[in-house]
Amino acid sequence: MARQGKQEILEGATAVAHAVARCRPEVVAAYPITPQTHISEELSTIVADGELDAEFVKVESEFGAASVVLGASAAGVRAYTATSSQGLMLMAEVLWNMAGMRLPVVLACANRSVSAPLSIWCDHQDAESIRDCGVIQIYAEDAQEACDQHVIAFKVAEDRRVLLPVMVNLDGFLLTHVFEPVELPDQAITDKFLGKYEAAFKLDIDNPMSFGCFTEPDKCMEGRWMIHDAALRSLGVIEEVSANFLKAFGRNAGGHLEEYKSKDADTILIAKGSICGTIKDVIDQARDKGRKVGLVRIKTFRPFPRAALLAALRGAKQIAVIEKGGSFGAGGVVTPEVKEVLYDAGLHIPVSGFCVQIGGREVPADGIAEIIERVSKGEKQTAYEWFRLKKELLPDLVPND
Amino acid sequence: MFIEIRVHGRGGQGSVTAAEVLAKAAFKDGLVSQAFPAFGSERMGAPVRAFCRVSDKPIRIRSEIHTPDFCIVQDPSLMDTVNVFEGLKPGGIVVLNSEHPEQVKVPAGAVLKPIAGTRIAQEVIGRPIANMVMVGAFAGITGLVTLESLQAAVKERFGGKVGDLNAAAVATAYQAAKEKK
Repeated sequence: MARQGKQEILEGATAVAHAVARCRPEVVAAYPITPQTHISEELSTIVADGELDAEFVKVESEFGAASVVLGASAAGVRAYTATSSQGLMLMAEVLWNMAGMRLPVVLACANRSVSAPLSIWCDHQDAESIRDCGVIQIYAEDAQEACDQHVIAFKVAEDRRVLLPVMVNLDGFLLTHVFEPVELPDQAITDKFLGKYEAAFKLDIDNPMSFGCFTEPDKCMEGRWMIHDAALRSLGVIEEVSANFLKAFGRNAGGHLEEYKSKDADTILIAKGSICGTIKDVIDQARDKGRKVGLVRIKTFRPFPRAALLAALRGAKQIAVIEKGGSFGAGGVVTPEVKEVLYDAGLHIPVSGFCVQIGGREVPADGIAEIIERVSKGEKQTAYEWFRLKKELLPDLVPND
Repeated sequence: MFIEIRVHGRGGQGSVTAAEVLAKAAFKDGLVSQAFPAFGSERMGAPVRAFCRVSDKPIRIRSEIHTPDFCIVQDPSLMDTVNVFEGLKPGGIVVLNSEHPEQVKVPAGAVLKPIAGTRIAQEVIGRPIANMVMVGAFAGITGLVTLESLQAAVKERFGGKVGDLNAAAVATAYQAAKEKK
């Protein structure tokens, strides 16, 4: 069936703002940055119109926004922020603190390239560069999922077994600025699903407590291990919350992975975010031509769903990881993690990494088709290829071979 | 069914809104739709593009529209700098806001449907903003969306008097285009 439920045509960012409002955060602080701006703009309108009983704090920067929601969360309320690119970079220091203080803040990252060169368009280097800070990262494929994942994010973050910030990633422009069918999370079901927020611990004059306090070398490591342990435990919580979300809302938005026609596939593509929609269309065309190809979409990137990934990839003959980022001087970000999972299981499946869509450069369907064609023909594994790099644009001083 | 529409205009002419309203109208008609701008740092007067897909199945693809079934061109002066026919499918229709279509070189296989968009907008709305007129003409020519859904989408998008005026402009353009057809 093409249409379901109470869908309406909404802009992705606007829809996200309304989904967030239905989660009833009590403090929202954000600073405008393209392509996130529509989320915070709409939320400020919702608050100003009296539709959400929250304090919208205007701040001077993303460092301020993150600090305000950190403080609000420590004071015991549900808090939310959203950002992109340079804004996330400015938040980075605070995000490490949020995770370390075990504050269940939810934020959205409208994924955008990081300067320089300055680009306002989408890739995943902003989110991936804070990969290691203890913030859980989930990725949406479409506007519906971006909305639903916010509800899941609050539930997972606030779970007493987790207590970590959760960041919902939605591709800048591609998902923030698209108008498409969305069913907003029903208010009554959302209220029941999330319940009234009760902080696990908070700043309280009757019960004084320190947050983010000084630790000498005899204790710091244990504090850090607890973040790691909570992140690992969140894998189970994400599965549980996602299953409950499906039961309550009738939509499958969470989980670690989506396996699309990959169960019998010889060639498996791996990707995350909105590019997966285009990949699915190309896979259908390749299937029509008799190619046994499928997609494993990473929805949960941190914690890394190693067990689910291993189970999903076990039968593959070759794998292509399509990434919208990378680590300069090393290679991919997702690609080596996939290899590690396979290596640890003693599996020697060739894995090729492809770097695409940097700074928003589109990979049309024929680009995906080319990758499928090359990889499924058994082309020698490539460590990390900058796909369709325009060598003619490189200056002479760069050795051009 | 899978229809791709590309809207060409200049910053300030409401091309993204045109795509949005088309998507909303198609949705009201029971179809599935998607609309999005060619993402950029748009400036007033600079050439812009917006896209709309309409289907009877869920739409997953997110690339720009490279081989449109239809184009809507809001500003004839774009023809000097932008190839609005690029990638147009054989037999594809270009709905052009122009009272001088004889000046346009139409490539083989393309069909040009001129409409006096700015004039209709000025007469009905009282302002030379032709985006809703163009969408109305598009609906009259192609029959892709119903006039009722389009008017409802326009009223929801703008509201109040602006909504009513634009809905009236949509109807005028729809009828004019349908009669011409």
